[in-house]
Amino acid sequence: MLNLEYLKMNPWQKFIYRAEHFFRRIPAGLKRFFQKLWEVLCGFGMQFVSVFQEVYRAAKDGDWKTRLSFVIMGFGHFARRQYLRGAMYLGFEIIFILYLTLFGWKYLVKMGSLGDVAMAEVFNEETGIFEYVYYDNSMLILLYSVLTIFFIGAFVYMWYQNLRTNNVLQEMAEIGKKLPSTKDALNSMVNEQYYKTLLGIPMLGILVFNIIPIVFMVLIAFTNYDQVHMPPSRLFDWVGMQNFGTILGGTGVTGPAFAYTFREVLIWTLLWAFFATFTNYILGMLVALLINKKGIRFKKLWRTILIFSVAVPQFVSLLLMSQMLGSEGIINNLLKSWGWIEQSLPFLTDGIWAKVTVIIVNIWIGIPFTVLITTGILMNIPADLYESAKIDGASPFRTYMKITLPYMWFVTTPYLINTFVGNINNFNVIFLLTGGNPLSLDYQNAGQTDLLITWLYKLTYNEQNYSFAAVIGIVTFIIIAVISLIFYNKSKAVKNEEEFM
Amino acid sequence: MMEAIKTGKQKKYRSKKRVERVSNAVGYTILVIISIIWVIPYIYLILQSFRGEPGAYTSYLIPKEFTFDNYIELFTDTSLFNFPRWYLNTFITAVVVCIIQTIVVLATSYALSRLRFRGRKGLMNLLLVLGMFPGFMSMTAVYFVLKEIGLTQSLVGLILVYVASSAMQYYICKGFFDTIPKSIDEAAKIDGASRHTIFFKVILPLSKPIIVYTILQAFLMPWGEYMFSSLLMLGDQEMFNVANGLRQMLQRENIAEYFTRFCAGAVLVSIPIAALFIWLQKYYVEGVTGGAVKG
Repeated sequence: MLNLEYLKMNPWQKFIYRAEHFFRRIPAGLKRFFQKLWEVLCGFGMQFVSVFQEVYRAAKDGDWKTRLSFVIMGFGHFARRQYLRGAMYLGFEIIFILYLTLFGWKYLVKMGSLGDVAMAEVFNEETGIFEYVYYDNSMLILLYSVLTIFFIGAFVYMWYQNLRTNNVLQEMAEIGKKLPSTKDALNSMVNEQYYKTLLGIPMLGILVFNIIPIVFMVLIAFTNYDQVHMPPSRLFDWVGMQNFGTILGGTGVTGPAFAYTFREVLIWTLLWAFFATFTNYILGMLVALLINKKGIRFKKLWRTILIFSVAVPQFVSLLLMSQMLGSEGIINNLLKSWGWIEQSLPFLTDGIWAKVTVIIVNIWIGIPFTVLITTGILMNIPADLYESAKIDGASPFRTYMKITLPYMWFVTTPYLINTFVGNINNFNVIFLLTGGNPLSLDYQNAGQTDLLITWLYKLTYNEQNYSFAAVIGIVTFIIIAVISLIFYNKSKAVKNEEEFM
Repeated sequence: MMEAIKTGKQKKYRSKKRVERVSNAVGYTILVIISIIWVIPYIYLILQSFRGEPGAYTSYLIPKEFTFDNYIELFTDTSLFNFPRWYLNTFITAVVVCIIQTIVVLATSYALSRLRFRGRKGLMNLLLVLGMFPGFMSMTAVYFVLKEIGLTQSLVGLILVYVASSAMQYYICKGFFDTIPKSIDEAAKIDGASRHTIFFKVILPLSKPIIVYTILQAFLMPWGEYMFSSLLMLGDQEMFNVANGLRQMLQRENIAEYFTRFCAGAVLVSIPIAALFIWLQKYYVEGVTGGAVKG
């Protein structure tokens, strides 16, 4: 279809056309996806094969230096005067063996059962009384097992690297090339290998404080770790998909209540993220436009006033607002003393009121921020667009809908996606403003303004129901991943269809 | 005929001017209302911090009696709520986090933007996916680990938690580095500079806005952070940060006595932070729009 024909259609036809287009593209998209997946898998396969090839080569063609490196890592490096790297490999091997035999192994073997005896009464001969002795701590077993598995993975990688570099060194020696000295090795750390220097410590931080904990918590989601299975006095155990069944499907004793709470909290989280993002975006832009408007003076004054409220730490504004809007707060008190109302307005104590209040307060918090961000971009919109619209007799509303908004939408899509995802996980606004309240009898451990993230916090902090908290964390991850994927693809589609500039 | 056209034109001209005047008047009205809505709560906060009358709430805006006692008591009466200690905790955390995080973010961004190595794309995707997990989820496990090594209820633990995953905030900074032309690097490389030298002598001097932005972000974060610090410092009020501590003053059992002191504390926290932010806001905007908005 030609562009012109598309432009001639009315909105309804355009919608149909796009929908049809969308569905028609699904098979091709799926095909592309699986092709890509296959390519990626093939890539992995090739790498896997090359790993074995390298090991095989070391075993077959390696001299005694290389072959001894199978057992004593770094031996070949030492024998070829590569002391720095040799010491590194050998040191790693020693640490690993010590760790595994003295510490890691005894946890790893219990990973399947997560411990047999948590605590027992033992008669103490010396004092003559029964004492509690702690044996297996399921939490520590799981934690150290995960750590050990990662350690084993790292060891296998290092072992492979040790063989690979040995192969390279041997080859270099055979063709008579000069082997790199320690000085060369150090020099390469600020040149070819500079990324290792820069990324080493940051990635270690990510691994220890992010990846391992996330793996641990994902595993926790498949256990029954909660208040009645609390180590060290009790054990917890693997329960498979049971927690997912409870929260998503409503099975079990607490199932219906949890499933209901989950559904309500999820709906509110998505509603909240939508309204919080777009009210701020659109209203903030309007205020920015108003300040930018020709003929409005003291622009700097208005902007400074708004920027001031961005500058005040958010938690101060939020706590302040939560106090001002309370049933005894200044706003209710003032309205009462003016005789406008008899009873306090339930800003934060009624479910619906609280939800609206949260969104409005968020507008109050967010508009100055949007003004700050968008002012510069708004000024970049080509003025001739507005001029030609004016000549064609377009109303300000139409200009806004047809020029400003599409332009801004086009330019700020990544920012909007970030904000939307940020709002799904917006702990501070909800928790400091309402604390998730008002409470509801139908909800399980949650209030009516609780988001998934604050519910997760409460399940962890108040209820110590770690397994359910982990399930909610996983679900939140899936939601965010899906939303980001859809939006990013969409924004690309927009870019392809109608290039704005 | 000519007359009519002339007056008609004049009339149209005049009415256009009037429309403009009316629309400006509406604009000013809206702006004034907006300004009042945005400023009044803070004025209320400041007024309450000077209020002499006891109790949590009053039914009037302007206090009947002004006093400095709330500020003085904040620093002298530290038996229950040790505000100076909280302030110091937060300040120390902020400074240390700011230094470490800035170094980590700059290093990660430079490596991902300028250096080419195997697994670079994979690493970036990994960081993207990790960022989609709620941060609090990993916090539970981190809490257990820190408890095992005795770092809960200590600033060291809190700082570790804050800085550990700071590499994940590379995105904006990398976006900035990407805009610096590669030819500059190449010229330096031909002159024999190592990657290290290029980073410190070429790229960093060109990146002042993003460095200031990173420092500002890292410094401001600990002042408003509630989630992690409340879990980590559970049970030791001395170690709270200001956000956590000031929220304690508003608990039902304390609010009657401490509301005005909360206001005083909030003012004391806000003034330096707001001043810093307003001073550096230009860089803040550049950072946010430069990294997250693609033109």
